Amino acid sequence: MSQDWQELGEAGLQFFGKVTASISHEIKNALSIINESAGLLDDLTVLTEKGVPLDPVRIKTHASKIMKQIQRADGIVKVMNRFAHSVDEKVKNVDLYDVAEFVSVLSARLASMRGVDLATLRPEKPVTVQTNAFLLEHALWVCLDFAMEKAGKGQKVMLGIDEKEKRARVNFTGIGLFKRSPEAAFPGEREMALMGALGAEIEVDEEKGELVLSLPSGKTTS
Amino acid sequence: MRVLLVDDEEELVTTLAERLSLRGIHVDWATDGEGALQLARSNLYDIAVLDVKIPKISGIRLKSELKKLSPGMKFIFVTGHGSEDDFRAGTAEAGEGYYLVKPVNIDILIQKMNEVLRVKEGE
Repeated sequence: MSQDWQELGEAGLQFFGKVTASISHEIKNALSIINESAGLLDDLTVLTEKGVPLDPVRIKTHASKIMKQIQRADGIVKVMNRFAHSVDEKVKNVDLYDVAEFVSVLSARLASMRGVDLATLRPEKPVTVQTNAFLLEHALWVCLDFAMEKAGKGQKVMLGIDEKEKRARVNFTGIGLFKRSPEAAFPGEREMALMGALGAEIEVDEEKGELVLSLPSGKTTS
Repeated sequence: MRVLLVDDEEELVTTLAERLSLRGIHVDWATDGEGALQLARSNLYDIAVLDVKIPKISGIRLKSELKKLSPGMKFIFVTGHGSEDDFRAGTAEAGEGYYLVKPVNIDILIQKMNEVLRVKEGE
């Protein structure tokens, strides 16, 4: 195995681990709310047995909370399922907006922890690339992670999709002006290996506060 | 017993607060660090129950900020990590604080609160 593929494999596993950890955390939160609401219904039943009148509004409120959290958990599991199936095909046609939006959903909790809002802007025309979906998700994730870190608390990072000179592009804006850290160069070796496998490029302009990920549109890239 | 509950999941804190109130415990709640600090500036709490991961500020950092406001306050950490082992490894800096893994059993939470208060009284 070449050094690049080894780097790519290790980084891919780390990415998979981070995403699944974040998803499991979300599921735990939904389960916790179900646990407390079910517990409260039980508490109210015990009170009723002691002669305290049962308030139907309270019962309905907590039953609704349980149903809402079950739907939330179901949505989280669907996201996890889609993510797990990202590795099914080596190469396929993907809508860049759809993948960027999906990576935003995967990053939502981490964005919330950093106090950063995310928005994916739908392009006027669909932008399609033929690529490895998992590698593309990983590339978008590392770019988004960098953009969120540089943007900081209270900012809104936007992902704009367009196509220019036969290259599909994701423009990360809302980062603001920033200084690149010499200790943590971006893109580093791992990111470069990832870009190499995708046939993609990352352009970072700290003076303009811009980050662009581009890859060939409509062509096989891996 | 006066308790400050902090978790970014509003439905969780409000329902847990309701359940603790039914058991005669006075509870205030916040969904972020700023809200928690604001409450702690104007109220005295015996215990703060903190989610380890809350937006904008970690539970660990919030603990030290609350300690500055109220040195006698005790802490219980709640985590959404997969296991207690993960939590121990990830939050070694939490020191000897008490912690529970979500979903929390309310009887165990109250038991931990009483343990914390006994330690406080024994200090």
